[in-house]
Amino acid sequence: MSDVEHRTPVALSGLSEDDPHLQPASKNPQTVERVIALTFVLGTLFVAAFGACYWINAKPWTLGATLGGGLFLFGVGLVAWGKYLMPRGPFVEERHVLANSDADREAFAAAIVERGGGVVKRRKLLAGLLGGGLGIFGVVALFPALRSLGPLPKGTLFHTDWKKGSYAVDQTGRRINVGDLSIGSIVTVFPEGAQDTDRGQAVDQTVLIRISNQNYTTQKGRETWGPMGYVAYSKLCTHLGCPVGLYEQQLQLLVCPCHQSMFDVTNGAIPQFGPAPRPLPQLPLYIDSSGFIRSQADYDQPVGPGFWERHRVTGSKV
Amino acid sequence: MSDVATNKRAQRQAAGPYGKIGQTLNELDDRLGVAKGGRTFMDKIFPDHWSFMLGEIALYSFVILLVTGIFLTFYFVPSVATVIYHGPYKPMDGQRVTEAWNSTMNISFTVRGGLLMRQMHHWACDIFVGAIVVHMARVFFTGAFRKPRELNWTIGLTLLILAIGNGFLGYSLPDDLVSGTGIRIAYSIMESIPFVGSYLAFWVFGGNFPGTATIPRFFILHVLLLPLLILGLVSAHLFLLVRQKHTQFPGNGRTEKNVVGSPMYPVFIAKTTGFLFIVGGITALLGAFAQINPIWQFGPYDAARISYAVQPDWYMGFLDGALRIWPSWSFMAFGHTIPLEVFIPAVILPGILFNVAYLWPLLERKFTKDNEIHHLLDRPSDRPKRTAAGVAVLVLLSMLHIASSTDVIANFFHVSLESTLWAMRILVIVLPIIAYPVAFKICKEMQGYRGVGKRKTHNIVSRTAEGEYVATPTPSYGEDVGHELEATPVPTYIEVEPEVPFESGVRTVDR
Repeated sequence: MSDVEHRTPVALSGLSEDDPHLQPASKNPQTVERVIALTFVLGTLFVAAFGACYWINAKPWTLGATLGGGLFLFGVGLVAWGKYLMPRGPFVEERHVLANSDADREAFAAAIVERGGGVVKRRKLLAGLLGGGLGIFGVVALFPALRSLGPLPKGTLFHTDWKKGSYAVDQTGRRINVGDLSIGSIVTVFPEGAQDTDRGQAVDQTVLIRISNQNYTTQKGRETWGPMGYVAYSKLCTHLGCPVGLYEQQLQLLVCPCHQSMFDVTNGAIPQFGPAPRPLPQLPLYIDSSGFIRSQADYDQPVGPGFWERHRVTGSKV
Repeated sequence: MSDVATNKRAQRQAAGPYGKIGQTLNELDDRLGVAKGGRTFMDKIFPDHWSFMLGEIALYSFVILLVTGIFLTFYFVPSVATVIYHGPYKPMDGQRVTEAWNSTMNISFTVRGGLLMRQMHHWACDIFVGAIVVHMARVFFTGAFRKPRELNWTIGLTLLILAIGNGFLGYSLPDDLVSGTGIRIAYSIMESIPFVGSYLAFWVFGGNFPGTATIPRFFILHVLLLPLLILGLVSAHLFLLVRQKHTQFPGNGRTEKNVVGSPMYPVFIAKTTGFLFIVGGITALLGAFAQINPIWQFGPYDAARISYAVQPDWYMGFLDGALRIWPSWSFMAFGHTIPLEVFIPAVILPGILFNVAYLWPLLERKFTKDNEIHHLLDRPSDRPKRTAAGVAVLVLLSMLHIASSTDVIANFFHVSLESTLWAMRILVIVLPIIAYPVAFKICKEMQGYRGVGKRKTHNIVSRTAEGEYVATPTPSYGEDVGHELEATPVPTYIEVEPEVPFESGVRTVDR
């Protein structure tokens, strides 16, 4: 059997050796070959240098420079080889219609509809029972995924750890005394005991600003909330919950660095600018007999950004 | 079909002139029947146009992401348990930090080559998403998404969303100050969804923000679930590409019934492997010389702290910009709050954009009533409406992206934040509206000039004896590298110049 002959390429080739399609695209293949050889030699040197740099634990940038340089040189050489020295082509292949004949399509559809469908039609009861059962299973199977991954929010979005009489402490846990802040100063405070917890950091964070040395009223109805010029607002932006960390002392504005909402400290932290929709909730304060700053109660509304149930439960105007 | 070779001698005979390789192939073919399909695969034609390389950049940056990412998983600890930092970075010594942040610092400062791997991983991610976007723009503007390739358009778009999502998850893992702020924003965006928002946020994050589940959950999503999905969809994307064959630009013998270009083996293999190396090399150079995400400067995440000029990775910029410039309209009525100031720019806007993109092939088929199979690409100028629409959307996205830096812009140009914000609000609406007719008009103008973008030949101006000036165009560059011959079928073997045998990596056969 003449297997060997059968595999000789000539029969299939159809192109003579000097066919222009088989010539390299470059006019000076020798020069190009030398350049490519150079990139390969340099690339090898680079990757060898990478190994050496790694071995002696050299600075990180030397690792990147040698590895990157080596890969880049190999890459350029290889692309140039393919582009300039390999047969320039272009070559062609036929594109066949993917769609099958009408008869084939019909046979396929018939197999599904008649063969499979027929079985179902004949045993409607079984099909219905199986479908119904699996459907219920499909719904039930979602329960663990839906329920186990997270607790229900319940009331946790509506309250902070600030309570009647909570001491305001800074991040190190030190209680703030009435003499601690000069006018125009600001400090981030937490209810005592929560300054170290994740929730305390994330939810209870409050900015304490001294804007005067007299009792300060930021809004009607908040006459007692700002003793000795100390006013406290939730530090969570009402837009997306970033900490409202910048204080413009001259303009008496709290600024959120994320999306530049600005809140007027002297006027109930009503937003002056930016995308925040609501004022920062204000924490009612009092100064106890020892001069410590404490909270009269929790915030009168949920802190931070808005959510669907926010309005309903508090029943507050804002 | 040869008979299955039964003894050594018969095998040697069956191997023919191709020695060991031929023998191995025969053994393979006996068992799997790969000869015919393998040959067809090696003859697969790849069009030579440069724009077909954009998808390759995406593919290869994904390869780099996998390699560097596997390295990083060996050292990263996905936990928010508190530890005291003691490492080579002295300014942070003795600070209480999370395991996640601590291990990322460890990768950056202690693990040999760790910082390079981390930076390459981050750069490769930015390149990955960028390459997908540019590749998608090419597919859109040239109409490559049309029948029969709608399914691949859908897969590609899903890959973009998965890439953006996985980029965000990975960006969050080091638990540094900037990424933690990003997670806080993501939490608030979920909360903003009507009816289910707070439940959804609690479900994803395992409780009220920040919780302890975030980093471990993000980790397993980032290193297992999403990469598997991406890998699967990339495979499907490539399978469809081979099955349906490439599209191509018209001209030079290229028709709806053929594909013209270079064969897979060896020309395309050489070029594309080289290209893999180039993408890897550039990523490594970026990792070496362009610092990215220096978490030691940001510090560990602390919910009560924040930094100035916090911008997300670039692919999140358009969302951040939309959030900045959208007005503070909150809906509060019937006992409920809908935070429209968040819900519209962060959920509805991307929802509309991506859904329109998903439906675009369908919409275009509806409106043009063109239900034909297309393998030849459009010149963008020949489809002025589609091109103008695409340009308008790109302008919109770019403006939103720029709007995510209002604070930096205001600071840099010394203008007030208010004017910057209002300028961006106006530009975001006005520029896309202007961009559409401008792009449309440019397309219409370009339709008149067939040679636009082609290499020009010079004219020779000569004076006749009568004094008349005549301009004669010189013939096109026949010897030019760019000049194409008529296409020919791929020959069985490709012989290189006789004087340098074995050079192209293709075996020359002695006959």
